[in-house]
Amino acid sequence: MHELKKLNKYFLRYKRKLFLGILFILLSNLGQVYIPLLLKDSIDNLTSGFSYDVLLDKALFIVGAAFFAGIFRYLIRMTVIVVSRDIEYDLRQDFWSHIQKLPLRFFQNNSVGNIMAHATNDIGSVRMFVGPAVMYSIDTGTKLIVIIAILLSTSAELTFYSLLPLPFLSYFVYRLSKKIHIRFMRIQEKFSDLTTKAQESFSGIRVVKAYVFEDREIEDFSEISRDYMEKNMAMVKIQAYFQPILFLIAGLSIIIVIWAGGNKVIAGELSLGEISAFIVYLGMLIWPVIAFGWITNIIQQASASMKRLTVFLNEPVEIKNNELTSYVINDYSGDIEFRNVSFRYSENFPLVLDGISLKIKRGSTVAIVGGTGSGKTTLLNLIPRLYDVSGGEITIDGNNIRHIPLDVLRRRIGFVSQETFLFSDTLKRNILYGLDKDNDSEVDKAAEISKLNNDLDNFPKGYETILGERGITLSGGQKQRTSLARAIAVNPRILILDDSFSAVDTNTEEAILRNLREFMKDRTSIIVSHRISTVKDADTIFVLDNGRIKEQGTHEELIALKGYYADLHYKQLLEDELKELS
Amino acid sequence: MEQKDDEVLGKAYDSQIMKRLLGYVKPYKRYVVLAIMLNVLVAALGPLRPYLTKLAIDDYIAKADHNGLLVISLLLAGSLVFQAVMQYFLTYYTQLMGQKIIYDLRIKIFSHIQKLALRFFDKTPIGRLVTRTTNDVESLNELFSSGIITVFSDIFIIVWIFIFMFTMAWDLSLVTLSVLPVLFYATFLFRRKVRESYRDVRYHLARLNSYMQEHIGGMSIVQLFSKEKREMGNFSSINNAHKNANINSIFYYAVFFPVVELLSSIAIALIIWYGGGEVIQGTLTLGVLFAFIQYTEMFFRPVRDLSEKYNVMQTAMASAERIFKLLDNESFIKNPLNPKPLPVVNGEIEFRDVWFAYKDDEYVLKNVSFKIEPGQTVAIVGATGAGKTSIINLLTRFYDISRGQILVDGTNIAEVDKRELRRHIAIVLQDVVLFSGTVKSNIGLNSSEISEEQIIKAAETVGAAKFITALPNGYNQEVKEKGATLSVGQKQLISFARALAYNPQILILDEATSSIDTDTEILIQKAIEKLLEGRTSIVIAHRLSTIQNADKILVMHKGEIRESGTHTELLAQKGIYYRLYQLQYKDQEITRSA
Repeated sequence: MHELKKLNKYFLRYKRKLFLGILFILLSNLGQVYIPLLLKDSIDNLTSGFSYDVLLDKALFIVGAAFFAGIFRYLIRMTVIVVSRDIEYDLRQDFWSHIQKLPLRFFQNNSVGNIMAHATNDIGSVRMFVGPAVMYSIDTGTKLIVIIAILLSTSAELTFYSLLPLPFLSYFVYRLSKKIHIRFMRIQEKFSDLTTKAQESFSGIRVVKAYVFEDREIEDFSEISRDYMEKNMAMVKIQAYFQPILFLIAGLSIIIVIWAGGNKVIAGELSLGEISAFIVYLGMLIWPVIAFGWITNIIQQASASMKRLTVFLNEPVEIKNNELTSYVINDYSGDIEFRNVSFRYSENFPLVLDGISLKIKRGSTVAIVGGTGSGKTTLLNLIPRLYDVSGGEITIDGNNIRHIPLDVLRRRIGFVSQETFLFSDTLKRNILYGLDKDNDSEVDKAAEISKLNNDLDNFPKGYETILGERGITLSGGQKQRTSLARAIAVNPRILILDDSFSAVDTNTEEAILRNLREFMKDRTSIIVSHRISTVKDADTIFVLDNGRIKEQGTHEELIALKGYYADLHYKQLLEDELKELS
Repeated sequence: MEQKDDEVLGKAYDSQIMKRLLGYVKPYKRYVVLAIMLNVLVAALGPLRPYLTKLAIDDYIAKADHNGLLVISLLLAGSLVFQAVMQYFLTYYTQLMGQKIIYDLRIKIFSHIQKLALRFFDKTPIGRLVTRTTNDVESLNELFSSGIITVFSDIFIIVWIFIFMFTMAWDLSLVTLSVLPVLFYATFLFRRKVRESYRDVRYHLARLNSYMQEHIGGMSIVQLFSKEKREMGNFSSINNAHKNANINSIFYYAVFFPVVELLSSIAIALIIWYGGGEVIQGTLTLGVLFAFIQYTEMFFRPVRDLSEKYNVMQTAMASAERIFKLLDNESFIKNPLNPKPLPVVNGEIEFRDVWFAYKDDEYVLKNVSFKIEPGQTVAIVGATGAGKTSIINLLTRFYDISRGQILVDGTNIAEVDKRELRRHIAIVLQDVVLFSGTVKSNIGLNSSEISEEQIIKAAETVGAAKFITALPNGYNQEVKEKGATLSVGQKQLISFARALAYNPQILILDEATSSIDTDTEILIQKAIEKLLEGRTSIVIAHRLSTIQNADKILVMHKGEIRESGTHTELLAQKGIYYRLYQLQYKDQEITRSA
């Protein structure tokens, strides 16, 4: 329960609207509760007064009271429920703005599906508490008190008898809706089994057909379907008696009033009008009583969801500006230095980088080669602080990158990662992603350097072509070149290419590299690649092995060294020869 | 595309689709008749009670008859209990019927898909097929279990209320029911508006979700380009649109519920004013007035229920249409009418001038002819797209050829039962398919003809027994449980054991290219040798060892067989094979000797 206290700050934000909402609930209840009293008066008039005027009067008053209550009913939803949507909005805003700040580590540890479940299901069930649950509990609470007071003043004895079944009703709803929730979850589980089975069987259809076991697959599927049907029927059993019992208990209350109340009328202790008011009041109480059981469940679920949300919201923002940040730094020229840098993903994990020291002068190009898992990508990720180093330091222009404001640091880095990620937006907006303004000449320039302009004819609407699900699918090479154009467009001081030409053919790659040489003249470039042709012209080439620098030097120096690099070079020569042959 | 296909909602009633749907109800005809009859009866019980109340007031309370009052109260209680019990059975049995119909339909769809030819699977996303068997069937559930039958119930409740009201006082009935048209209008208007606004909500929700989905995936790009602020702005505007769509739908609820309450109060006011006047005149009893007030409360639920049925029907029709479209698709690989028997097979395989295309005239195999003697191993090599996979697809009749003949032991495979043909052939695919279940069930595929000993023997022969017995639950280890994930090499060994347990005369092996550690590589090479022993085998080879051990190598190039012979013969030719060898296999020699 105390989890839900965290919502107080949101409630406070809308305290005016909520206060009005509560006021409206009270006013509306006033109107609603008044109607049975009018009914009572008119029926009593029929047994003793016999006045047409009184009848018309009461009838008009009933309509008036209903109108009055209705207006406020409308206003209740327009305040309380609207506030619940407001709070849902706020909660989702806070959730997202926090998620955006979380480090790469978080996204590697939590699947997209899991994060989505928090943002949709959990926020949804908290909203059910904030809106409907709050509205109904205040509504029913006040109604209950007022009606019981009126009933007691009419006849304490009759009130006692007729209300006797209602607590059972409340408890019954509470227990059953809990059970329903559990059985519903079981149905969901079985449904997912069913989906999995279908998925598996259809994807493995070749094997199924080849080994001729279609019949056994159908049998298996039938069994799961039957199980699913049984789980559904388990739910049906509850639902089938849920409703009948509801109206049985409620109806019993009314019959008690007719019988016990009828006897009192005969005895002259009560009027017929009072009995009819009694019956109408009971009708008004039944829903509140049912709601109590229902609300209890909503609160329990919301509390569990809030707990899950809190875990995410408390996830630490590891990489951020802090007291060491020197806000006077608003640009840099691009001399990078690694000083004895080491890195591990988590405390108990082995070192991925170990004692890396290297200097990259502004305007120079550095290449890094090495086998899978040698730490190349990790090294690149440290520069824009996707991760922070575990030991040592990285400096740019002599400033520790942890002291450079994060957005200053990242704004002047053009990063092209191994897995290209493009947004489902137009090509142009993808290229200009890092800029804040539309700028067609910038698009042309970036596309020219990255040789994306060669493919322009293939895009139905040129740079306005939409990518992704709603648009066209780019080839691997096109994607890589788009993401290169995106990095170039930010006019970077430092360009980082992580194996960014793997899907680009060698001729195009050569052309791009030629263009880059010009573009990167007084900028710093760091290139990771498997291809000798990509790295051979770099000012310095580093060979990484198991997190350490194994070889370093120019192409010629490394060839002379006859180590890993020389071996790689030889193999690629061989490969090229073979390609020429066929 | 899928999204759009599944979002389209058409009309709420289509007589042809409905007729076909009712075909599935036929086996349960008796249930339906019984359910409708019971509904008519139960529908009367609710409206009966206000009438009993009238009797209680007019005949007993007014006449001070204590005993009579007790009797009528017991009658009331009796009818209440009876209705509750009946309602229980009614709900239970109609739901049961719905579930059974759904079950039948689901199995029918699943079986139908199992029979479809691979050509169909090539061009249909698996996700769509899964949706047909699960969600689409599910949305028919409501139609069968509550839709059809409760429509009767709702209508009969209204009819019974009419009957009771009009027999008691027809003029007061008319006055009271004057609010009814407004109620109908308001309810249906409300439904329509809510439907529209929900469509809006769904649209914005989908936008919100896909924004989040996409940006969680691309978060590092957002952060690298320092675009958190701008993206927060984009997110806010989507989040805001979603909120506003929801608030719009609140408006309709906020108006509708008070209007209904107002209408019911107006009805009561009318009863008091008009009916009260009649009571004063003595033409109407107080009990009738009482009963009428109760009837006004009773009207609203069935009207609201009826208006909801439109939605149910609309979704059901859309789903049914998609399901029937699938069931009408009959792209099967046809069996011959009088299949030739193929009880025992020696394993002789011959392709005679075979032509084949997946799409119209784009032939992937052109005039392919070759012959494999029983017990021989043939390796097929070639670059990607040369047509290697097509050859194995055709031998099992996953596809039918365009021209030519494929013979097994001299019998044209188009003339035998495809299932009988497949019983003689085992396929090991490049990507191993494991099904949920145990290691054992994945080797034996739950066949009653494969004993546990055979499974264990197969596993031992391919050298998989060692790692299987080391698993926490040995052969009974669930393969898809967390923490017990099998390595790529282990999965391959399981699929080898599967083929061996099947004990086919003909074996087709599509070797996996994925590189694995040396120990596993040795295991796999040994396993392949065992697998090929003593049976006719076709191997799409990626291993030098496999090629060198083959009796014959077929070199495929652009859909044709360009060279054939043994490893040494082909190398000497210095043709395509020679080049392929340099490119793909030579390195293996280097690493092996190293």
